[in-house]
Amino acid sequence: MERPEGEQRGASGSGPAGEAEAGSGPVLEEPGSGATDTTMEDCLSKKIEITVSEAEKRTGRNAMNIQETYTAYLIETRAVESQTEGQCSPPDSLWRRYSEFELLRNYLLVNYPHIVVPPLPEKRAEFVWHKLSADNMDPDFVERRRIGLENFLVRVASHPIICQDNIFYSFLTQEGGWKEMVNETGFQLKADSRLKALNATFRVKNPDKRFTELKHYSDELQSVISHLLRVRARVADRLYGVYKVHGNYGRVFSEWSAIEKEMGDGLQSAGHHMDVYAASIDDILEEEEHYADQLKEYLFYAEALRAVCRKHELMQYDLEMAVQDLASKKQQCEELATGTVRTFSLKGMTSKLFGQETPEQREGKIKVLEEQIHEGEEQLKSKNVEGREFVKSAWADIERFKEQKNHDLKEALINYAVMQISMCKKGIQVWTNAKECFSKM
Amino acid sequence: MSAGGGGLGTPRALPSSGPRALRDMPHPLAASSSEEAASELSPSPDLLLPRSFADKDLSLPNGTPVDTSSPASSSSLLNRLQLDDDLDGETRDLFVTVDDPKKHVCTMETYITYRVTTKTTRAEFDLPEYSVRRRYQDFDWLRNKLEESQPTHLIPPLPEKFVMKGVVDRFSEEFVETRRKALDKFLKRIADHPVLSFNEHFNVFLTAKDLNAYKKQGMALLSKMGESVKYVTGGYKLRSRPLEFAAIGDYLDTFVLKLGTIDRIAQRIIKEELEYLVELREYGPVYSTWGGLEGELAEPLEGVSACIGNCCTALEELSDDMTEDFLPVLREYILYSESMKVPVEVEKCQDRVECFNADLKADMERWQNNKRQDFRQLLMGMADKNIQYYEKCLTAWESVIPLLQDKPETK
Repeated sequence: MERPEGEQRGASGSGPAGEAEAGSGPVLEEPGSGATDTTMEDCLSKKIEITVSEAEKRTGRNAMNIQETYTAYLIETRAVESQTEGQCSPPDSLWRRYSEFELLRNYLLVNYPHIVVPPLPEKRAEFVWHKLSADNMDPDFVERRRIGLENFLVRVASHPIICQDNIFYSFLTQEGGWKEMVNETGFQLKADSRLKALNATFRVKNPDKRFTELKHYSDELQSVISHLLRVRARVADRLYGVYKVHGNYGRVFSEWSAIEKEMGDGLQSAGHHMDVYAASIDDILEEEEHYADQLKEYLFYAEALRAVCRKHELMQYDLEMAVQDLASKKQQCEELATGTVRTFSLKGMTSKLFGQETPEQREGKIKVLEEQIHEGEEQLKSKNVEGREFVKSAWADIERFKEQKNHDLKEALINYAVMQISMCKKGIQVWTNAKECFSKM
Repeated sequence: MSAGGGGLGTPRALPSSGPRALRDMPHPLAASSSEEAASELSPSPDLLLPRSFADKDLSLPNGTPVDTSSPASSSSLLNRLQLDDDLDGETRDLFVTVDDPKKHVCTMETYITYRVTTKTTRAEFDLPEYSVRRRYQDFDWLRNKLEESQPTHLIPPLPEKFVMKGVVDRFSEEFVETRRKALDKFLKRIADHPVLSFNEHFNVFLTAKDLNAYKKQGMALLSKMGESVKYVTGGYKLRSRPLEFAAIGDYLDTFVLKLGTIDRIAQRIIKEELEYLVELREYGPVYSTWGGLEGELAEPLEGVSACIGNCCTALEELSDDMTEDFLPVLREYILYSESMKVPVEVEKCQDRVECFNADLKADMERWQNNKRQDFRQLLMGMADKNIQYYEKCLTAWESVIPLLQDKPETK
């Protein structure tokens, strides 16, 4: 698959470390590399138009060789430049299924721990109200998922840092062998299994207040948006009921008009408007699902935000453990050297019980410890640097995320208000029409 | 004779909108043309009745003051103010109101009396104005008398006579008010009727200070007459009468059925609306809670929360209106219609067949006409309430938009 003409990958200047290896993406920018200066202008999204245009049911064999049905999504990419020139070049396309999207995201999560990675649309339909199906194969669900997947890809392509990732690019362009490529990066080994234990506490002695607050915020945000989505679903359900019951007026007015002379026409036509009213709720609520999806995206974004805080917490914890370990080794060394046992230690006891070590043995031990201490000090240095870099990059991305969030949610709320206004206007129209029919009775 | 108190029962001055032809003016009870019209949902006999008779400011809609010192000028005023073309030039010269319920505690019993006020220019009445107190059994007596003396006519129904003790509190404000409204409607319908309103018993009911004395006196006389009316037999023409009765009967059966269905639908809608309201009440505050977590989004989220709160209030008003205004009127009509099925029986008036036919026909036409107007008004009122609800919600949501579009101040 050839890359479109004129496309530049990566920032000007130094590429991220480790790019020589095919398929592995950068982990952290080297300090002072300038790669963090990538602006929105260099983002992939400015060069390539990405769409998830179709969804198709497929059957195939899964990892356990069992026949299964799944949905495949068609990803199309088109160079933006070729379009502006008036040429309508056919897009490049390939099919991917949801699990491949998941694999991509997990890869990004491991390799960019300081980035708030855009979320995928929900795996299973949640917050449904009675008319909505919870079935993953339901066409409405598939349609909304298609939109969500497209949104995910565009978000990644619009992110100044992760848009440069090789694996991501290959995901968009290389159908065969992509999965193998990702797995070869060995990212699963890098993944910290501790991250999966979401609520396990790691006692950090000097937590960074900003991250603690942010983690708390992300927890609260998840909670409040979940609550909102749950209640909204119930509200939708009830509103549906109110509108549909009005349809009964249509029928009874029609029946009644049959026995009336002068009143008949007015009743009949009013009844028609009641039918229109009852039918209108379907479209109204379908549109509202889009709003719910926008909220869901930020529900999941809150989780991504929390993940960044968590990673920082673990880094901090590891750092503190390393400091502690180093301190205890130094102490041991001192004890051996001076022969004094300041604190109780098993070694001290055993040596007392089983006799003193020979000077040669002690020398040997001291030497080993000194090597370990030296190693530990070097590691601690790089860990500190790593930590500082993480905080800097993470905080930059968090600020970017905050602005994006505020912008997106404001837009979502505006759209919601516009929807409500439209619904009110429709209601006024229908009832005004009905009133006119009644006036002619 | 000079008019007493506030003079005649002249309608309250309609909102002045400059000189206009009467025919161009909206029906006073057409929805949304005036505030009082929108809230008044009682059927036609209440059309032009003022609430307070103490209105001294009598004027034409265009503001011209009116001389009410003589009955003649008053009736011509009424002629000019006649807004209901459908009544074919019928002028109203008899206004009756039932109000002011009072509880009387005596040794033998406790009961409620109502004030019955009459204002009229008719010659059949000695005075232009009367005020008497009557209790339910007096109304019941009147109705029986009317049925006896005017068997060819449809007599309006009375509210239920017997109330199960222990189930309903006969002296509760709600019960008394419901009954008062029904009794008021009853008298208004009679006053509105071109034949029944001239009935002697009706006259006495409205005017006599001591009704009981009249009752006793009248009993002996009228019972004899009543019997003679009842038992005089004669042949009656079969021709088209049974068909006519059957047609009316069938119509009423279906009509009552449809009204019952509408009642149930309306109740169901109210129920659904209230359940929707419950959820909305939980929904709004969540936005507020969210706002508490945010910085830049705090104000917009709070705005959405407040907006939903306003929609809740509007919805509550809609349901209350439907419950208090729409349903009772609908139900009263069901009872009224059901009560009409009874006179359409042949046995009642075997000798006055021809008369019966004509009277019944006339009454049915009157009834149909009133019914059409009443439902026109009732349903327009329902549409109006819904329009108002949506308008309130629209206003609320439109006011949120600027909050959402505000750019945050750059620090």
